Amino acid sequence: MSRHVVIVGAGPAGLAAAAAALRAGARVTLLDASDRPGGQYHRMLPAEYEAENNGRLHHGWDDFDRLREHVLTHPRAEWWPDSSVWSLERADDGTSTPRVHVLRGPADGTGRERHVLMPDALVLATGAHDRVLPFPGWQLPGVFTAGAAQALAKGERVVVGDQVVVAGSGPFLLPVAASLLEAGSDVREVLEANPAATVLRGWSTRPWELASQTGKAAELAEYTGLLARHRVPYRLGRTVVEARGDGRVEEVVTARLTADWTPVPGTERTVAVDAVCVTHAFSPQLELPVAAGCELRDGFVHVDEAQRTTAPGVYAAGEITGIAGAPASRAEGLLAGWTAAGGDPSDRAVRSVVRRRDQGRAFAARLAAAHPVGTGWPDWLRPDTLICRCEETDYRTLRAAAEDPATGAPRAVRLGTRAGLGPCQARICGPAVADLCGRSPDRAVPGLASASHHRRPVAQPIRLGELAAPPAGPPEKEGEQHP
Amino acid sequence: MSPRIVPASTDAVRRRATPLTITVDGVPVTGAAGQSVAGVLLADGRRAWRSGPSGAPRGVFCGIGVCFDCLVTVNGERDVRACRRRVCDGDVVTTQSREAGEER
Amino acid sequence: MRVVVVGAGIVGAACARELARSGFAVTVLDRGGPAAATTAHGEGNILVSDKGPGPELELAKLSRRLWPEILDGLPNRGGVEWDAKGGIVVATTEDGARELARFAEGQRAVGVIAEPMDERTLAAAEPHLTRDVAAAVHYPDDAQVQPSGAATALLADALRHGAELRTGCELLGARVEGGRLTGVRTSGGVLPADLVVNAAGPWSGETASRLGAPVDVRPRRGEVLVTTPLPPTVFHKVYDADYVGAVGSGAQDLQTSAVVESTRAGTVLLGSARRRVGFDDRIRPHVLAEIARKALRLYPGLAGAQVMRAYGGFRPYVPDHLPVIGPDPRLPGLWHATGHEGAGIGLSVGTALLLRELATGSAPSLDPEPFRADRPAVLGADASEGAA
Repeated sequence: MSRHVVIVGAGPAGLAAAAAALRAGARVTLLDASDRPGGQYHRMLPAEYEAENNGRLHHGWDDFDRLREHVLTHPRAEWWPDSSVWSLERADDGTSTPRVHVLRGPADGTGRERHVLMPDALVLATGAHDRVLPFPGWQLPGVFTAGAAQALAKGERVVVGDQVVVAGSGPFLLPVAASLLEAGSDVREVLEANPAATVLRGWSTRPWELASQTGKAAELAEYTGLLARHRVPYRLGRTVVEARGDGRVEEVVTARLTADWTPVPGTERTVAVDAVCVTHAFSPQLELPVAAGCELRDGFVHVDEAQRTTAPGVYAAGEITGIAGAPASRAEGLLAGWTAAGGDPSDRAVRSVVRRRDQGRAFAARLAAAHPVGTGWPDWLRPDTLICRCEETDYRTLRAAAEDPATGAPRAVRLGTRAGLGPCQARICGPAVADLCGRSPDRAVPGLASASHHRRPVAQPIRLGELAAPPAGPPEKEGEQHP
Repeated sequence: MSPRIVPASTDAVRRRATPLTITVDGVPVTGAAGQSVAGVLLADGRRAWRSGPSGAPRGVFCGIGVCFDCLVTVNGERDVRACRRRVCDGDVVTTQSREAGEER
Repeated sequence: MRVVVVGAGIVGAACARELARSGFAVTVLDRGGPAAATTAHGEGNILVSDKGPGPELELAKLSRRLWPEILDGLPNRGGVEWDAKGGIVVATTEDGARELARFAEGQRAVGVIAEPMDERTLAAAEPHLTRDVAAAVHYPDDAQVQPSGAATALLADALRHGAELRTGCELLGARVEGGRLTGVRTSGGVLPADLVVNAAGPWSGETASRLGAPVDVRPRRGEVLVTTPLPPTVFHKVYDADYVGAVGSGAQDLQTSAVVESTRAGTVLLGSARRRVGFDDRIRPHVLAEIARKALRLYPGLAGAQVMRAYGGFRPYVPDHLPVIGPDPRLPGLWHATGHEGAGIGLSVGTALLLRELATGSAPSLDPEPFRADRPAVLGADASEGAA
């Protein structure tokens, strides 16, 4: 009986993991919340669009298309689209792979079926989303994350605006600007918050490590060429410090930043826009690794040389282990899938994969060095700036709670101000609240889970009626009932 | 100007646009099969359709199901992420508010 | 007099406040942060409805009287979210209806307001509640607070009256001189004390053991589901009469019973589950499913509500289901304020008052005898419960 590997997330890492696990002989169930594979990087147009040339919007489309075809049609693979993992349940014995509780059906539907999978191994490849630091006016309609603009453009050909500023930090600003230009929008400027000195220092040390990332470098060169052709200024050391408008964004205020992202007074400029796209960094989606009991290091899932996490039977790949782009995610996915399926990580067959994974890790380190999130950004907040968008907790309220010894512990701040208690469950404001309160999470003691903002035992919303309904029996799969 | 959809006729990806109609608070809005609810609303020129606890308008922020700012009611189902739900012809979409005293 | 209060949950905060206001030099210590453990993981119940005649009901009545007075004296009470919404207990079977009527009758005899509701008043009070109800009783004195906000408000008042808070500070052992507790050894050094209050909730057993006078306080696990904010749907604290049986039960297996209420933020809280699983803090889907099933029997219209969060906590539980309040005769200087199980939020202020009255030698507001620390159940003599 071959091993059953469940893979959560069908982006570059998850799809690669599926291919490698199949190659190692495993039976694979590949899940994704979306109805099409590809993740955010290879977000496909809907089937109903019947696009003849979807690849035009993507890099590495042909390879992706082949991989997708291979995995989805493989006799030992089962593809579960529209599948949300709402809970991971650690095993009683503490040594078995967690159970995977899945909802299958249209996003946020009411009659989705509950399924419980009991795999031999679990690969988590849940990716990351934009981290946007709060700034005055960021709740105005017309302020988008860069990822939103990209998802709408690549995923359904919707353009967020005609006069757009793209701001934040990191190479991701470039493809977002490129997508907008491709769709005919006027990109007013692209703003990298880090000054040139930081970016150059990050990229120029140990240049031999970049040699392996030629694909990524060529992709970035293509974007910068496009910006130049459209005469879009790419400015470093400047960012959006305020969005203004009556019921929607009408203009943004940008300001020069010092190296640590403190806005420099007197350098403000106003730019008329109908949309602004922002990304300051990426937040890994860690609720499932945290539920599985995986140890985190420096904000990412800690994995060993074979992509094993510290939780039994659980492997991790892609951006939840570090932000390094799609090629690195693929290499990690291949290795994770291979070892999850029982493959030997020192096998010759995966030697080149291990090398690419190691190169990817080096790339992640220099990406982080070139595009760090500064510490001076709270200077652009005002007392009434919203920090928690859901519950509209403002900076003044949060600071007051954090500075009072009676209410200042993370859990008490959260319950007292409601920051992070709304529908997004701290996915958006969690990192900012943690930074602004300047406290380490409450110490974990037996029976008291840490107050980490990544802890979401209900990992995706589930309707009461769905929860009350008994789970459907494990589909086909003998063996699943008796792991 | 406002958000818009790249017309299928000029789109370099060479695609089809199969029209469909939904209603938003009773008003018919046309979109294309395969779009998300959020995509249809944006392409219709709407930027905001929900209000936060203070009553301030909200629309799409993250676009990938993380921020829960774009929630709508679809065919009577509350709290559907508009950016993640694909539209079906005839869907009845109603907008939601967190403002106290609002019943929607 | 120097006092060390072990535990910065709501019971510790209430005790620190009472003692600090009476002139004691109070230090509150907690190995985590304030209001982080049991206090942050409950619903914020201040109930008289779920208690039959007896010492716990007397403590609940005292506490219910004290809460509004205390809150009136706090400069910043907004975070407490006091809501005297009242409780409605419903029975869904004829047997349950007879039992509920008998229970309410007993409560009325000792002064609890327990008003039987007819079909029409019930429908007007809770329009979304199932009509399939055999009996309902209204308890106007049931109330709710945001428990973390209530605890931190009490703690802030203690600090205002000179108490000191040490977080991240773990109790390691006792300093005993001449057979008397004269201080505690902590991760932050020795703290001298004339009086040590064990208010460590479910960890009170361990705390007492470290101090050399073990008490039989055990953890019992409870879970709560939280929906996304909804338009007003639930107006009181509404629960199934079988909750009372579950509260009083010593059973080890999963017990659930429907408890449904909304919060000021518009979310609906759904309980309740009780399990004895030691300190196993896993949130189990089958437990959540059982809570959902029971809650939907009362509010079928909530089937479409999204659950966005679930949390679980450990409640301090003594085999005879009574709190432990007062001095420990085995170790002079050691006092206990623990064992409130799921009722600690409500009972905290009455407990603190009683403790202060006993510590200062004033006439107690109620008979402290049933809560004695040296009763057999607390000393571990009640072995019939078996090991958890």
